[in-house]
Amino acid sequence: MWRRRSSGGGSAAETHEAPEAAETRQTRTEPPSDLMIDALGRKCPIPIIMLAEQINVVPLGGVVAVLADDPAAFTDIPAWCRLKSHAHVASYDLPQGGWSIHVRRNY
Amino acid sequence: MPLRAAPVSVLTVAYLDAASTEPLHPAAREALMTALDAGWADPARLYGTARRAQMLLDQARAEVAEIIGARADEVSFTSSGTQAVHLGVLGTLRGRRRAGRRLVVSAVEHSSVLNAAAVHEHDDGEVETVGVDRAGRVDAAAFAEAVSGPGTALACLQTANHEVGTLQPVEEAAAACLAAGVPLLVDAAQSAGRLPIPGGWSVLTASAHKWGGPAGVGVLAVRKGTRWRSPYPEDERERRRVPGFENVPAIVAAAAALRARTAEEAAEGPRLSALVDRIRHEVPRLVPDVEVIGDPVARLPHIVTFSCLYVEGEALLTELDKAGFAISSGSSCTASTLRPSHVLEAMGVLTHGNVRVSLPRGVSEGDVDRFLAVLPDIVRRIRATLGVH
Repeated sequence: MWRRRSSGGGSAAETHEAPEAAETRQTRTEPPSDLMIDALGRKCPIPIIMLAEQINVVPLGGVVAVLADDPAAFTDIPAWCRLKSHAHVASYDLPQGGWSIHVRRNY
Repeated sequence: MPLRAAPVSVLTVAYLDAASTEPLHPAAREALMTALDAGWADPARLYGTARRAQMLLDQARAEVAEIIGARADEVSFTSSGTQAVHLGVLGTLRGRRRAGRRLVVSAVEHSSVLNAAAVHEHDDGEVETVGVDRAGRVDAAAFAEAVSGPGTALACLQTANHEVGTLQPVEEAAAACLAAGVPLLVDAAQSAGRLPIPGGWSVLTASAHKWGGPAGVGVLAVRKGTRWRSPYPEDERERRRVPGFENVPAIVAAAAALRARTAEEAAEGPRLSALVDRIRHEVPRLVPDVEVIGDPVARLPHIVTFSCLYVEGEALLTELDKAGFAISSGSSCTASTLRPSHVLEAMGVLTHGNVRVSLPRGVSEGDVDRFLAVLPDIVRRIRATLGVH
């Protein structure tokens, strides 16, 4: 079955840059965020509901980092950003598996 | 234990899952009943009843060949569409071993193609996967580039996607394959009987139960001149392509259904397509935060897929079942696979809260009306349980 490469395979951390984002960063280390949402162990759509509830906590242009390990979140959080006109900045592999998915509040 | 009545009578259930399997076509039922009596003997033998079975089998083969644009001697019947794909992929790779060990597939092929590709990879073969756009369409230029790579033994492309209905650029892919001297396997499982089979294939696969034939019949056509060698032990049946005793009655019924379905399509296709257009248009109007996915125009006539934000897909399908709708989903996030649909993932669209509505032949407009009437409240209630209002 075709799958994107999942994290936790023992290789060096990968960064999945958002193709649409203008200011993607080439660094492999995760930059700081304004708010971190811990959705590890939670199944979709819960991580997205948590993000939708808290996106307005950060100031305009602020970045929310969603920690999630449900494989659906990797696709669904960027898709949510597209539908809701926020920006998916990048997704960073977590050493224990899962990702830190960075979202910038646009409005 | 006392018997309890089901909440919704079986008679009122609307079947909207034709992409999983189409109900048996009346023409297939009639042909099956006749052929069970006339075509049960071993078609490989020489006595009268056997020759009768052979004649029925030949007739079915000729009919299917004509509809798919093949010669009768290019067509074999398999025991399923999946087996046709497995034989098509692995047999062509085996036949073209000298040409190379590279297999090109699209990222949104049916699991039968991708699982055969995984076997090839385990066998030290190389697999290159070509991505798709947001609508689920393969990038024709990227596909052409991939097949022109050295050592390419085979390329595989579906006619249309089974989860979102988007049509694939098969003719462009076939032209690129022809230029590169690479055979193209076209998986026509979702479109056969509904849309004309595009030309340019070297290997064609299809599945009878998707067009209203019985289960247990697949089609494998291998163009003359395409090198193919069975990955199975030798067997005399079906031009040495498919092992085992042919199910002649089911094959006869499959051919009858394909003939009938193809003849009806001129009227039924546009009718179903108009109902799909209506669902595509109405669902986002009636339900907030919905993404309708797949190509709105270059699509199959009978499939429409959408995803609802903040809704767990399984809960949605369960509630629709309670309301009298047999519907499935491309994604099964929380079910047996524990992975989102590889198709939706490759498209980069929402994978949760996914519903695939696929209309069978003869579906009533009233069923679609009722679906559109119950959906908004079901979605609202599920969202409310998760605290989303």
